[in-house]
Amino acid sequence: MKVLVPVKRVIDANVKARVKADNSDVELNNVKMALNPFCEIAVEEAIRLKEQGIVEEIIVVSVGEQSCQEQLRTALALGADRAIHVQAAATTEPLAIAKILNILMTKEDCKLAILGKQSIDADNNQTGQMLAALANMPQATFASKITFNESATQVNVTREIDGGLQTIAMDLPCVITADLRLNEPRFASLPNIMKAKRKPLEKLTSEELGVDVTPRTTLLSVTPPAQREPGIIVNSVDELVSKLKFEAGVL
Amino acid sequence: MSHSILVVADHDNTQLNSATLSTLQAAAQIKALTGSPISLLIAGFNCSAVSEAGSKISEVDHIIYADNSVLNHHLAENIAALVLDLVPDKANAEQTFSHILAPATTTGKNILPRVAALLDCSQISEIIAVQSQDIFVRPIYAGNALAKVQSNDKVKVMSVRASAFEAVNITGGCATINTLQTVTDTAQVRFISEDNKVSDRIELSSASAIISGGRGMQNSENFAMLERVADKIGAAVGASRAAVDAGFVCNDMQVGQTGKIVAPDLYIAVGISGAIQHLAGMKDSKVIVAINKDEEAPIFGVADYGLVADLFEAVPQLEQQL
Repeated sequence: MKVLVPVKRVIDANVKARVKADNSDVELNNVKMALNPFCEIAVEEAIRLKEQGIVEEIIVVSVGEQSCQEQLRTALALGADRAIHVQAAATTEPLAIAKILNILMTKEDCKLAILGKQSIDADNNQTGQMLAALANMPQATFASKITFNESATQVNVTREIDGGLQTIAMDLPCVITADLRLNEPRFASLPNIMKAKRKPLEKLTSEELGVDVTPRTTLLSVTPPAQREPGIIVNSVDELVSKLKFEAGVL
Repeated sequence: MSHSILVVADHDNTQLNSATLSTLQAAAQIKALTGSPISLLIAGFNCSAVSEAGSKISEVDHIIYADNSVLNHHLAENIAALVLDLVPDKANAEQTFSHILAPATTTGKNILPRVAALLDCSQISEIIAVQSQDIFVRPIYAGNALAKVQSNDKVKVMSVRASAFEAVNITGGCATINTLQTVTDTAQVRFISEDNKVSDRIELSSASAIISGGRGMQNSENFAMLERVADKIGAAVGASRAAVDAGFVCNDMQVGQTGKIVAPDLYIAVGISGAIQHLAGMKDSKVIVAINKDEEAPIFGVADYGLVADLFEAVPQLEQQL
């Protein structure tokens, strides 16, 4: 079976996002970019399924500007087989991305899509669920464990939910979104990074796929959050308890 | 029927959770601007108590009550189908609902984007403020920036960050209850099991005080120290991602960007360094206390009261003094 793994280019998780002086957006110029960590987990899971013989081909796809081909190459270096870059604005909304992915799933005859549960820039947590809805497929979000039956026609997924863990069973085709503890992604080896440069990368546009990517929301402003008043260092537990009781009034 | 504001309730078939009550506060703010009534959807199994409680909330005008075994466990496929069934004319869904809201709990996050996509609407995730009937504020980049966004969609679909809105009270209301007889079973997914940590501890998302442990706790047994402090002050016990990843405690205790977002009156971080992802989940707490032996730890940057100390000495002392 073929698996579709959509990935996103985001600010590196170790870089603190800074708001532009004109409050129009977050500063993305001269900032280190990386593969979204949840997408990395999704890629890793697909590779493990391929190693188990459940998946035959891993197709990674990214919707965005030319620069997201870097992240597609990263995914190819990790072990994906081929990549599709769909040219569109970097700010394309989850609904439009889900429409594009839905078309690609049919076009490529994928029985499974694995996505990161959210991107760490917009923190939307929507694309996988929207793809499942548009494709009329079942979904398992926030996956921490994925187990296929022997014929790979059904999958049990353990999900991290507010109350603990929930396990559900789905027939394929289906959509899974990866949570943090699904796996620990590998690092790409140098020979694999070199090999990835020769793996196929197909280029498409949202127009070619017939998807209207007109934004449904307008970003009016981006501002930094209110800063907390600087705190104090207390010297003992006595002092702490006294401050909490008599100054903060929370005990 | 004129259009209404729909709130999709999250509940355990026994009671509405506090995140739903906060979502109703956000809905009430929209109602104050538009005058549209609020419909609360209670979908579940053997959940008549929830429906009755919902009808007693003064902000709620109508209860839409669907009680069926296929709605047990809040499977997204069936609940989304149910919401869509409420919309007779999908192309003009705004005639039924002007806004659709759900709490940004794992249940709400699972269901709502499905609803939005099926209505061909975008979703605005985790709003923290209502500025007008179509302008909302939401955190991005783990709360390091706040985006003000305007929705141009016919139906405004949004999840609500509970910590940003005060819960409404279950009092003063007498909403009509409309019971749905037919529900859709998409049969696409089957519930297998749920491993809910049945705990007599206070729930994180509704606690007024929280004490959380990080990697510095060293093992799961040491969390008992935090529980003893929690018992004395009526606090819930939380954890950082590092502590969950290390297997000290279960995922349901994780506070952070991808765990629970909390804003209690008092948050005590013990042996937590303060990664951006953790701060995203707790930095709106009223009073933050940090106990860490590393004085350079970033957690001290957001703490109102910092104590540079070995937690294994400081926490037992704290317990004694409370």
